[in-house]
Amino acid sequence: MLAKRIIPCLDIKDGQTVKGINFLNIKSVGDPVELGAMYAEQGADELVFLDITATHEGRKTFVELVKRIARELNIPFTVGGGISELKDAEALLSAGADKISINSSAVRNPKFIDELALNFGTQFVVVAIDAKNCGGRWTVTVNGGRILTDKELFSWAKEAESRGAGEILFTSMDHDGTKAGFANNELAQMADMLKIPIIASGGAGNMDHFVDVFTTGKADAGLAASIFHYKEIAIPDLKNYLRSKNIPIRL
Amino acid sequence: MNIVIIKYNAGNIESVSNALLRLGVSAQITGDHEKIKAADKVIFPGVGEASTTMAYLRKEGLDVLIPQLKQPVLGICLGLQLMCTHSEEGDTPCLGIFEEKVRRFVPDPGMEFVTKVPHMGWNTITKLKSAIFDPSLENQYVYFVHSYYATVGEHTAALGDYINPFSAALHRDNFYATQFHPEKSGTVGSKILENFLRI
Repeated sequence: MLAKRIIPCLDIKDGQTVKGINFLNIKSVGDPVELGAMYAEQGADELVFLDITATHEGRKTFVELVKRIARELNIPFTVGGGISELKDAEALLSAGADKISINSSAVRNPKFIDELALNFGTQFVVVAIDAKNCGGRWTVTVNGGRILTDKELFSWAKEAESRGAGEILFTSMDHDGTKAGFANNELAQMADMLKIPIIASGGAGNMDHFVDVFTTGKADAGLAASIFHYKEIAIPDLKNYLRSKNIPIRL
Repeated sequence: MNIVIIKYNAGNIESVSNALLRLGVSAQITGDHEKIKAADKVIFPGVGEASTTMAYLRKEGLDVLIPQLKQPVLGICLGLQLMCTHSEEGDTPCLGIFEEKVRRFVPDPGMEFVTKVPHMGWNTITKLKSAIFDPSLENQYVYFVHSYYATVGEHTAALGDYINPFSAALHRDNFYATQFHPEKSGTVGSKILENFLRI
């Protein structure tokens, strides 16, 4: 049976891994290549490397780092941050990235999803959506949650799918950094609407949160950062625990 | 050992080269017929679309060369599909090395966990045959990304199961192929590549 995926996310700034609490007060937690290889060895199913400052500062992504990652890692990885043109995506793919993740650039220019899917195939295109609940309406945000857009989460996810997204990476800004669990209701609602896999992000605090996100939240993959970086949860323990709860997991 | 990775208009060629480098083997990436013929081992990787890729192979004469190769050849992902007789993707006649046909997965909304296409992620392989496998790999997880699959037939060398059983690997004479990506399948994948290099 297809396994549910555990995905550590490494936020990158200036070539170093960082993790913000609600995207503020960033702390450095190590070398991305070293950390990525360690996670792969521990049983991570995939990795995501996000150049978190790229959009905000208008900086282009980190092709050289991606080349180093590709040489070292023996599992798939996604890179994102600041990809707004086909040539950005092409450079990352030829550097060895398996998938690219786009966020603000897709919101600003939805046709970019179509172009990427057409040129590289839908399996390369992850559309990341950061959203928060604004008075009952789940509103898409950009620039690390700093800017509210006029898009609504579910209709935007559906549009992204129909334009050629291969996966949706949904981060609830209301849950991110809280360690109180994933946005399971919204994730489940999205899973019922979409035919593409959903990566859940934001809110992981303990191992039961992953059980919940794969059952109640119907997610295909669970993504987290700080709980792995600060060794609050070890990946082998998490995977053994999930398997003991009858969740299909690669050990 | 002289390893050639066939260069053509498909993605993921560098990934295979990187995986070999991690095993201490440096491969040439080339579309040159003489270099391909002279190699000890040939790898035919690929991520892409069947009809445009076959058109490219025909233009380069690789459609004639590849089936005539005598050394061990390993097709990966789209490589496996193109080594079959026909693909539903773009209704494309392929290389005909394996008699199996390539079909599109049809999502089954009635089945829990297995309704999404592409089949993407880690899944198990069973009923392993051929020199690229060994008993320790039975029922291990490997990484797949595909919307089309090769049917199960006499050349099936590993079974996959997603919506329906399919060929996770094929083998005939000197031709080997995996639908999954050994270069992205962790230590299990490295073992499979090592086994191939040892043939």
